Amino acid sequence: MSFDLLIHQVFSGLATGGIYASVALALVMIYQATHLVNFAQGELAMFSTYIAWSLLQTGLPYWAAFFLTVAIAFVLGVVIERVIVRPVENAPILSVVIVFIGLLVIINSLAGWIFSYTIKPFPSPFPAQPLFGNRYVSSHELGSIGITLVVLALLFVFFRFTPLGLAMRAAAQNPVSSRLVGIRVGWMLALGWGLAGAIGAIAGIMVAPTVFLEPNMMSGILLYAFAAALLGGIDSPGGAVLGGFIVGVLENVVGSLLGTELKLTVALVLIVGVLVVRPSGLFGRRIVTRV
Amino acid sequence: MARLLEVRNLQAQYGPTQVLHGMDFAVEEGGITTILGANGAGKTTTLRAVCAMVKTRGEISFGGKRIDGLATESIVRLGVAHVPDGRGTFVNLSVEENLRLGAYTRGDKAGVAADFERIYAYFPRLKERRRQQAGTLSGGEQQMLAVSRALMLRPKLLLLDEPSFGLAPLIVQELFSILRDINAQDGVSMLLVEQNAALALKLANQAYLLETGRVVISGSAEQIGADESVRRSYLGY
Repeated sequence: MSFDLLIHQVFSGLATGGIYASVALALVMIYQATHLVNFAQGELAMFSTYIAWSLLQTGLPYWAAFFLTVAIAFVLGVVIERVIVRPVENAPILSVVIVFIGLLVIINSLAGWIFSYTIKPFPSPFPAQPLFGNRYVSSHELGSIGITLVVLALLFVFFRFTPLGLAMRAAAQNPVSSRLVGIRVGWMLALGWGLAGAIGAIAGIMVAPTVFLEPNMMSGILLYAFAAALLGGIDSPGGAVLGGFIVGVLENVVGSLLGTELKLTVALVLIVGVLVVRPSGLFGRRIVTRV
Repeated sequence: MARLLEVRNLQAQYGPTQVLHGMDFAVEEGGITTILGANGAGKTTTLRAVCAMVKTRGEISFGGKRIDGLATESIVRLGVAHVPDGRGTFVNLSVEENLRLGAYTRGDKAGVAADFERIYAYFPRLKERRRQQAGTLSGGEQQMLAVSRALMLRPKLLLLDEPSFGLAPLIVQELFSILRDINAQDGVSMLLVEQNAALALKLANQAYLLETGRVVISGSAEQIGADESVRRSYLGY
């Protein structure tokens, strides 16, 4: 493989890696609060992308549709938590997993029913010509890396420096003590779902121009995101982000070296490998219990 | 004196096991009430019952309004702060973040900032370690942090579950004198559960003796502390 091609693969790996990082971060946020992996995360993102597509069809300018979709996805996340997840809060883990998988199937077929299974093109907000006359990376790739980084920075600032962000972290770590300082823990969970929904929507909108819009658009991406979250440590937001970029680059480079058939295998090998060798991931905390 | 907290026929249970069998007690406005009793008498459960952390029956009134049936966070927002059994530290957050969470429900930024200074003046150790992860503090420091976090709420009523637990005797003296100051200066009422009966009776003005979920003796702290036979048979000193 020539050096140019390698550079190109690394950049486009970083672009898709950013998408994986976003979805992985959404997974980690829900995991931290509930210790559950939301299997429907990808489908939520796909459905949000359809909402964006519908808004664009009405003639709304791109960025208006973008932000409106993010807001709708946020509300959708909150509503799903309140209406569907909350009633099974204290149910056995297996029941909750079934609910998530049910949600996945329902949203998937709902999208197929409403929007049909035909593949739709989705516009990119970035120019078709590469930026700054470079040879390696398309404008859309560069733009979506940029947007991912902006989202991550905003989330970091929110969780690190705002009272609400602090309350959400507290509620995820120690619900009992959180109630004792007056935090409405149930709402913090719903808010987490809302944020995860919004992040997922951005990821969906950014990936749709590359993979085209269809109801199964996110199923592969969810797998990569899951690999990314595991690689970074399922309870570490920073790890999930780094894991996303690593998985993205690895997938692209391995894909171009060994053939694209092996792309998905990379994700599966990573998942199994991490679970066997280092279940807590690169940055996850190993849980030590005193007995 | 008016009663800030009034509890009537309080019953509580964990699953099928009933722990409190109809307790009556009160905390006066600006007063300190202590609940004494052996291990397993139901002291911790009593505090948990007041802020709806266990299923209860009976009447609980705070400031003249019924609060039984409210959610924990709603009771807290009325001005009831709880220093829980086991301290309830947010172990992954910094000391400062723990304190900031204590003031989570408050809107007055200036007041919160002033209270930070006040807390750091009471407990200079916490100021030294304010950037440190709270889980790395010693047990005693975490106990101070738990009391401080509760005070950051600016509570009307402070529920204290064994604040002396795990502290060196000198630090216990210091902590109790701080509690006395806070009660005297800010008029914060307190409901104190303690194993160390002598200490608790010195601080409190009302005392209740609890035996397997029932109040067996109640009266002024002075009276109960002075009663030789009560002291010997129940308090063990």
